[in-house]
Amino acid sequence: MNGNLAAACLLCLPTIADAQGFAGLGSDAVGFALPDPAHRLTFPEDHGAHPAFRIEWWYLTANLTGPDGTDYGIQWTLFRSALAPFEEAGWASPQIWLGNAGLTTPTTHFAAEKLARGGTGQAGVETVPFAAWIDDWRMAGTETLDRLTLSASAEDFGYELTLNATGPLVPQGEDGYSVKSAGGQASHYYSQPFYEIAGTISLPEGDIPVTGQGWLDREWSSQPLADTQDGWDWISLHFDSGAKLMGFRLRDRSGPPFTSATWISTDGTPTPYSDGELTMRPLATTDIAGAKIPTRWQIDLPAQALSVEIDAINPNAWMDLSFPYWEGPVRITGNQPGRGYLEMTGYAAE
Amino acid sequence: MRRTALAALVSHWRRQKLQLFALLAGLALATALWSAVQAINAEARRSYAAAAGTLGLGSYETLVDPAGPIPVESFAALRRAGWPVTPLVEGRAEIAGRRIQVIGLEFLSAPRRNLPDTLAADTLSPAEIFLPPGIGFAAPATLRALAGQPGLPRLFADPALPPDRLFTDIAVADRLLEAGSGIDRLLLLPGAPDGLPDAVVPGLRRQPAESQGDLTRLTASFHLNLTAFGFLSFAVGLFIVHGTIGLAFEQRRGMFRSLRALGLPLRTLLALLLAEILALATIAGGLGIALGYLIAGALLPDVAATLRGLYGASLPGTLAFDPAWAASGLGIALAGSLVAAAHGLDTVRRMPLLASARPRAWAIVSGRQLRRQAAAGGALLAAGALAPILADGLLAGFALLGGLLLGAALLLPLLLSAVLALGAAHARRPLAQWFWADTRQQLPGLSLALMALLLALATNIGVSTMVSSFRQTFVGWLDQRLVSELYVTAPSEAEAERLRAWLAPRAEAVLPIWKVDLPLMGAPGELYGIVDNPVYREHWPLLAATDAPWEALYAGRAALVNEQLARRNGLHPGDPVSLGAGWQLPVAAIYSDYGNPAGQAIVALPTLLEHHPEVPKLRHGILTDDPQALSRALTEEFGLPPANVTENGRLKAVSLEVFDRTFTVTAALNILTLSVAGFAILTALLTLSSMRLPQLAPLWALGLTRRRLARLEILRALALAALTFAAALPVGLALAWCLLAVVNVEAFGWRLPMTLFPDQWLRLLLLALLAALVAAALPVRRLARTEPSQFLKVFADER
Repeated sequence: MNGNLAAACLLCLPTIADAQGFAGLGSDAVGFALPDPAHRLTFPEDHGAHPAFRIEWWYLTANLTGPDGTDYGIQWTLFRSALAPFEEAGWASPQIWLGNAGLTTPTTHFAAEKLARGGTGQAGVETVPFAAWIDDWRMAGTETLDRLTLSASAEDFGYELTLNATGPLVPQGEDGYSVKSAGGQASHYYSQPFYEIAGTISLPEGDIPVTGQGWLDREWSSQPLADTQDGWDWISLHFDSGAKLMGFRLRDRSGPPFTSATWISTDGTPTPYSDGELTMRPLATTDIAGAKIPTRWQIDLPAQALSVEIDAINPNAWMDLSFPYWEGPVRITGNQPGRGYLEMTGYAAE
Repeated sequence: MRRTALAALVSHWRRQKLQLFALLAGLALATALWSAVQAINAEARRSYAAAAGTLGLGSYETLVDPAGPIPVESFAALRRAGWPVTPLVEGRAEIAGRRIQVIGLEFLSAPRRNLPDTLAADTLSPAEIFLPPGIGFAAPATLRALAGQPGLPRLFADPALPPDRLFTDIAVADRLLEAGSGIDRLLLLPGAPDGLPDAVVPGLRRQPAESQGDLTRLTASFHLNLTAFGFLSFAVGLFIVHGTIGLAFEQRRGMFRSLRALGLPLRTLLALLLAEILALATIAGGLGIALGYLIAGALLPDVAATLRGLYGASLPGTLAFDPAWAASGLGIALAGSLVAAAHGLDTVRRMPLLASARPRAWAIVSGRQLRRQAAAGGALLAAGALAPILADGLLAGFALLGGLLLGAALLLPLLLSAVLALGAAHARRPLAQWFWADTRQQLPGLSLALMALLLALATNIGVSTMVSSFRQTFVGWLDQRLVSELYVTAPSEAEAERLRAWLAPRAEAVLPIWKVDLPLMGAPGELYGIVDNPVYREHWPLLAATDAPWEALYAGRAALVNEQLARRNGLHPGDPVSLGAGWQLPVAAIYSDYGNPAGQAIVALPTLLEHHPEVPKLRHGILTDDPQALSRALTEEFGLPPANVTENGRLKAVSLEVFDRTFTVTAALNILTLSVAGFAILTALLTLSSMRLPQLAPLWALGLTRRRLARLEILRALALAALTFAAALPVGLALAWCLLAVVNVEAFGWRLPMTLFPDQWLRLLLLALLAALVAAALPVRRLARTEPSQFLKVFADER
């Protein structure tokens, strides 16, 4: 893999994976389509790519359990980054695709990445039937996304999983229009948080059958963060009660962080919460790659009487890729126990 | 006391400015030569990873479609099936009236090490790289020629690229070549499965990687030779330093005695002398490193061009300063001068307090001493000769080299003395007798300088013989490898037949290059069939052959084998070689084949077809007067994919031109060592000239004019240089033989045939005489201008 080139490409991926590098790029969306609050999500079209927008991702995380009760986590992500707001067949395509895969055990964390350009079929997304892929990493299934198969493999790890949705797709923010800053930066954002999962993960020691819960995020935008926002902490939590919570905190150099949350009831009804209603407070940090990464958090959402602590299953879930970030499974304790995923970007080495 | 002593010691250098200059210059030059060679080598080694880079795309196995370009969908299908492949398009485009070879790699999936450095430097944004006009890389000269042409990507200079080649992203290449997204080759990256991806994309053919071993071995050979050269140069420089330091010690004997008599402890004196030497060595070493850096910087572009042209190894044309390299240069300067001064220091240590202050160095060295030195030389020679017998490996080769050179140098004074004695014995006229005797008497004073000259001359002869032999072999190899102007590969046998018919009226000759891969004498090998064409006879260098090998070959009665196969199995001309089950032919000849680790044999084409009718009949070499036109016609009229046509005539010319630039390097180093030696003679003669007045005065008094005396002095310098040259010639040839037949074989497993180049010797002889003449000119001028009163004073001051 071309480390530097991948890093260079990532620099124009102002994504959750790249909260540091896109200051300036993020607010400059010349020629690109902008998220529109009037847009209503339509399926299966919106499961597919939106090349007129600068960035987009298909982001799946899963909390898994082995036969002996060991916790595992996997991540499968396909990013799309556009250098120009259109797609064209052949080598001249201005769309660049990046795949990230991760697998976390309580003791080890594996990560791998892939790069491809659009226009050739090496990577892409189709809607009927649904398929998103880069090389031989693949997420595919029904056009409703209700049933998916998911696979990725790298030198030292891999997984093959089957996903079954037991609830509906959930729009985030206001009908899928998710505000990211007080200045109005926003994205189109919906999730499928109700996957039941079964399959196999491959470790250097051998294959392990697993079952668990998965969460798919779909998001696209052209200018997701404000200039002064330099990193993001994001959580997706599955409570034992069957309810879910999506929350994020965008750290701001110029003031308090911007927070946003969606409470998802057991039947999939979303309740969005605007800035300030969710609080996320770091409790403990882990030193990784010269940076202090908060791997234990206090999460409070008074509107839902939620007060929990989340704790990384493996504090060293560092995605040491062209653009490094932290992404791994967490355990939830407090008045609403459960498990979930935590992602943090923009923690620079001190 | 210490300060006074130091002031006294240093005052010598203040008075003997020329000697000081000689010492500093000699040591600085020696260090410069040594460190220049080291710098060049270090720079080259650093670049070998990159060497296999942009030009090393051949190091990958490839997938090709015999039917034509591979569609982009097949690439995607292979990637999606888990095959790590990266696409490459390649072809010629007419830009600015030049035929430019365009190579497009997919920058996202191509291995990092094959991408130009600029791309990795992280200074370009993805939009700059991937959006039109995109970016491209070309050799600086090509870049200049293409500047301002419309439709080109933004171009960056990359000295690692050969001329007329444009290296770019596949999207740009696709546009320039109007390739319609078709892929010429898929490079198989590490981790690719074995076999063919028939289940994913049927019909592809897997082609083996080009051998890269040769690059390493050939470049290693080049560097080893450079290192040997640097080492020899340093040895020459050390002789000068030894001579100068020895002289300085001798001339200060009186001063040492006085200082000691005044109460300076021996230990302090030695410490002061040591400090003096180290200080001088540090200054000279520093100068030498700076000078070496300049030399290396001046030569590096040539070396870079040589390596690139010869071996396809890329080397940046600029030199990076490396502190380790500078430290090693300084270290060797210090160590060298300590070695050179060791004898002098030892003499001081042993010197009795009240020893005579008379300079001893210029007295006639006793015959016994001369013989003792010669015995040491003989012992060194013998030890050197024994080394390869007693030990194996490169070290033995170098021991042989060292023994040979040092031994010969130590033997030189005795040899010269004997020759001069012989001359004296045959001289009849008094003046001639005096000339011989006087020359012989001066020998001790000059012997160090002459030894340095011997080493310089021998090194020159040795190295240029080696380089020229190497060149001749290389030219032969090039001719053999690139005997045809064009190489074409037909996509299928039917196409090949059509191609031969199409070519018949258009080309001088079409030479099939058909081979089968088969085990030869138990190891993987290749068997080729060739047609009877004069180019083979004329161009293929045969290392050993029976009588009329070509006739036997074409009659189907014999086979040719490459050196590798012959060496591995101890084959000699006439021996039988097994070419498969129940098929044996005698070896008609052995040919050199440096580009190939595998064993190889050649038989006549009909013979090959008889035994292997199934041989793929796709590849052909074409002899033609106008390869460019024919190559164009092949792609445009006949419709062959450009990747299937290789134009080699131009490549050969470029390779040779570039190889000849090696000679710039060697010639420059040659002249530098020779000037170092010439300088040694100059300093020795200068020192002698001032001391020789008492010996010349009587002759002047007997009626010899100053002019005549001066002429005799010149004659003497020339005679000594010529004699030294005569002694250096066999030493140099032995050195060349040693490099080609011992060191090369030990290091690389093959022997380069040695060729003699008498015209080079003649040139060198003239150069040596010129050096002696220049060296003698100044002292002689001084002699010719010496006031008669000075001569008279000799008698007045007679001791």
